[in-house]
Amino acid sequence: MQDIKITIIDREGEEHLVDAPTDMNLNVMEIVRSYELAPEGTIGICGGMAMCASCQCYVLSDHELPEKSDEEEAMLAEAFYVKDNSRLGCQIRITPQLDGLKVQLAPES
Amino acid sequence: MINTDILIIGAGPTGLFTVFEAGLLKLKCHLIDALPQAGGQCSEIYPKKPIYDIPAFPEILAGELVDNLMKQIEPFQPGFTLGERAETIDKQEDGTFIVTTNKGTKHRAPVVAIAGGLGSFEPRKPPIADIVKYEEHGVEYIIRDPEMYRDKDVVIAGGGDSALDWSIFLTDVAKSVTLIHRRNEFRGALDSVEKVQELKNLGKIELITPAEVVDIIGAEKVEAVSVKRNGDIFNRPCDHFIPLFGLAPKLGPIANWGLEIEKNAIKVDNSLDYQTNIPGIYAIGDVNTYPGKLKLILCGFHEATLMCQSAYQRIHPDKRYVMKYTTVGGVEGFDGSKKEAPKAVVKAIE
Repeated sequence: MQDIKITIIDREGEEHLVDAPTDMNLNVMEIVRSYELAPEGTIGICGGMAMCASCQCYVLSDHELPEKSDEEEAMLAEAFYVKDNSRLGCQIRITPQLDGLKVQLAPES
Repeated sequence: MINTDILIIGAGPTGLFTVFEAGLLKLKCHLIDALPQAGGQCSEIYPKKPIYDIPAFPEILAGELVDNLMKQIEPFQPGFTLGERAETIDKQEDGTFIVTTNKGTKHRAPVVAIAGGLGSFEPRKPPIADIVKYEEHGVEYIIRDPEMYRDKDVVIAGGGDSALDWSIFLTDVAKSVTLIHRRNEFRGALDSVEKVQELKNLGKIELITPAEVVDIIGAEKVEAVSVKRNGDIFNRPCDHFIPLFGLAPKLGPIANWGLEIEKNAIKVDNSLDYQTNIPGIYAIGDVNTYPGKLKLILCGFHEATLMCQSAYQRIHPDKRYVMKYTTVGGVEGFDGSKKEAPKAVVKAIE
């Protein structure tokens, strides 16, 4: 399977265009960590179980994303700096359909 | 003063297993943890989640893993200082360390093992302007003494168990309880949600959803909160505002202990014994970093095991020792218990 390109705007506002593999069951939070676009310990604290909101991001492109699970909805309801386009990065799995995805990391809280 | 051989900071899986490995070497342990219970993240964040990569456990719930570890270390009678955060460390002339918690409890040990995971769990503070100004003046993130709220008007924010449970509890204490949450749905335990519904129907809890507190009003202390619902903003007079948005780990005071920090973690010598740049202070589990580090429970167990051998040498520099297998030596508890393999029965064939 092919890699896709996604754009991640880090918490300092810098834009990064990165390659993301579609065959390793990775998610957006893990891509951020693999490229070290946010300091360790400030993202993916719960490991990707939708049980913290440290990977909250704003989806800037109009890709069709998987529906939010109840767990993600609940977590976002208690997160800070939430907007209409907020998602938890750990709940967005990298698939070929997401080529060109653009997200911005929400502030650390 | 609490005296011990190895003072462990952090009572998560790695810290707990350290007690076992130290116990085999006849070293006593005491653990400090900021949370009120042992287990670290496993108990606090995901007790009901299954873990699949603990060797020889095809599947185990995080909560069960902690229960099993507690059972495994029981013979070694560890001491616990729970609900207190390790704040300062002072090296003594005799080479021991004194670690003092935020509540002033002092612990002395020749070896300190930091097994603090991602740090101590601190309440998450909502990004409301000037909220810090009102801390201790009507804003509390943790309820320490419910009596504080007697006959007061209280506003609680949040949608999880603690928001629900405290709203229920305070209806018997406070003059009024208002619960504010961004959604109509609550993620807390079902019976808590039902109880809040019942109290709402009885007029004992006022529920404001979907809404959020966007501002705090008051000269010296909290006098009201500003609530935003469906685009409208209105003031809700109150004496206390209690945001209960769960806990998040922060490295906290250990970041100022003079330890070498990299990527929010403590650098250790992984080629030898997971010791930090300060001899006698080790860092094991998720809190440490070294080339190739993986934050896995099983790696924490390994690190704890090697660290204890080094700690033994440090505590007993003149004693020779080789590691004994538990299948051979059994487990001799400090409580007088002894577990060992049953002796084989040798029988002749006539």
